[in-house]
Amino acid sequence: MALDEDRLEDWVELFDEDCDYRIVTRENVEQGLPNVLMWCDNKNMLRDRVESYRNVNLYNPHYDRHVIGPLRFTGKKDSIFCFEAGYSLFQTSLEGESRLFSVGRYRVEARVEGNLAKLKSVTIIADTGLVPSLLATPI
Amino acid sequence: MNPDIAWPRNDYSRVPFWLHHDAAIYELEMERIFRGPAWSYLCLEAEIPNAGDFRTTWVGDTPVIVSRDKDGAIHAFVNRCSHRGAMIVRSLRGNAERLVCLYHRWCYSNSGELTGLPFRKGLKGEGGMPQDFDMHAVSPRKLKLASCHGMLFGTFSDRAEPLEAYLGEFGTGIIKRFLSRPIRILGYSRQRIHGNWKLYAENLRDTYHASLLHEFFVTYGVDRATQKGGVKMDGRHRHNMNHAYASTDTQEDATAAYAGTAARLDRMQLRDKKLLEFKNEFSDGMNLAAPVFFPNALLIQINNSLATRQIRPQGVSAHEVFQTVFGYADDDAAMTRHRLISANLVGPAGLVSMEDGEAIEAVQKATRSTRDGCAVIEMGGRGEVRDLAHRVTETPIRGFWSYWAELMGVEPAGAIR
Repeated sequence: MALDEDRLEDWVELFDEDCDYRIVTRENVEQGLPNVLMWCDNKNMLRDRVESYRNVNLYNPHYDRHVIGPLRFTGKKDSIFCFEAGYSLFQTSLEGESRLFSVGRYRVEARVEGNLAKLKSVTIIADTGLVPSLLATPI
Repeated sequence: MNPDIAWPRNDYSRVPFWLHHDAAIYELEMERIFRGPAWSYLCLEAEIPNAGDFRTTWVGDTPVIVSRDKDGAIHAFVNRCSHRGAMIVRSLRGNAERLVCLYHRWCYSNSGELTGLPFRKGLKGEGGMPQDFDMHAVSPRKLKLASCHGMLFGTFSDRAEPLEAYLGEFGTGIIKRFLSRPIRILGYSRQRIHGNWKLYAENLRDTYHASLLHEFFVTYGVDRATQKGGVKMDGRHRHNMNHAYASTDTQEDATAAYAGTAARLDRMQLRDKKLLEFKNEFSDGMNLAAPVFFPNALLIQINNSLATRQIRPQGVSAHEVFQTVFGYADDDAAMTRHRLISANLVGPAGLVSMEDGEAIEAVQKATRSTRDGCAVIEMGGRGEVRDLAHRVTETPIRGFWSYWAELMGVEPAGAIR
């Protein structure tokens, strides 16, 4: 939701200080290769990315729309809950033309304490390895 | 027949935009450049280390298989069945003793020879191929193949000069710099840019866009035009390299030079500085080196991120940029991690590269409607094309067009080379 509304700063706040966010492609994962499209291994790196998007990088002006499939619970260790879900991400240009931008799945670990949940680890395994145009705003 | 191109100038300081939009020009490029006497980058030897390993790749829009036979020799041939034209190998990579087309199970050796086909002699004396059918005569077209320090190049033309001469001392020297140690493949990334492939080729030869379009470079001091560096080319000006030396300018120089641009040198700081950490691993001290080889290849170092890129034209108005990211075989786990963190800078989501796709698409969109419009290419001077010890230039773009025009047979009268 935060990403679809361009609230990138709010999105960062969903994460724990000690977190890991990365986008990899299925092509690499299936070959056992570690290459990443994006990798932030703590919250400061996420903050730096967002600040760079806001002030420095120039990219295609667009709206994002995530369509996320049913969440599947995959395990729990202590206060960490693990989930997976498929996603489709559509991008729409300012002139209203939509395209399918990326399809894949999320692998998420969240730390739950009381009523509070924070993201510890988000790995996006994108089936869409052929990135259309460029990948700026996070998936 | 040669197309009629009205070059306004003989030094390519004006290039007609319609050359990025014309289907006939594209077809001629495939014939005269990609299937002509240019050497195209195929893949790295390290990607097919064992006997029987193969990978699929592209030369222009021709699908190609690169494979290693049982004796370790490497071959490249067109990935198109001799029979009815199906793609022989449809996977990205693999290992096999022979390659079999799915359609009618025609079989090929690792060196690209047709070695057998079912029902060749018919069944019970009926049907089958004519007795004099010559399998060798119809085997897929082979490319001439050559390796430069493990970087594999191929050409379809018997007229091509030897690879070493084609790359020149410039090319062989810089490839050796990148590939002098055994490498380890870290993975791939792909990006489809909706623009003509030559716009990407130009982008790689335009040194001065980097510190303006890619504001990240300047803001965080990865690469600024005020650093010591320059552009080098081969003797024919078809290949080039943009390079810069780490820590060779001061914050004061840079602030003065970029005054009046949008760059914010004064207030932006990364919270996590490891993103830009540079472990000097080359004796020359360069933290940025980007040698480009006509027509389809780039080697790129940004800090400790290393990769090759291959341009794959996909029709007149699109191309794929296929990137192979690598490190060295003797990297420890910490160094591999550092290279992957550095990889945040490059590729389709790269903090210093994402803008290229957007800039190229902006050009493609805006130039479609003009038949007489031309790009203005004068930064760094007009006339003669030569090396420069500064980076406020786009002269190598004129070098690209001069070789393009030579291969296409469309040089203007009195053309510079």
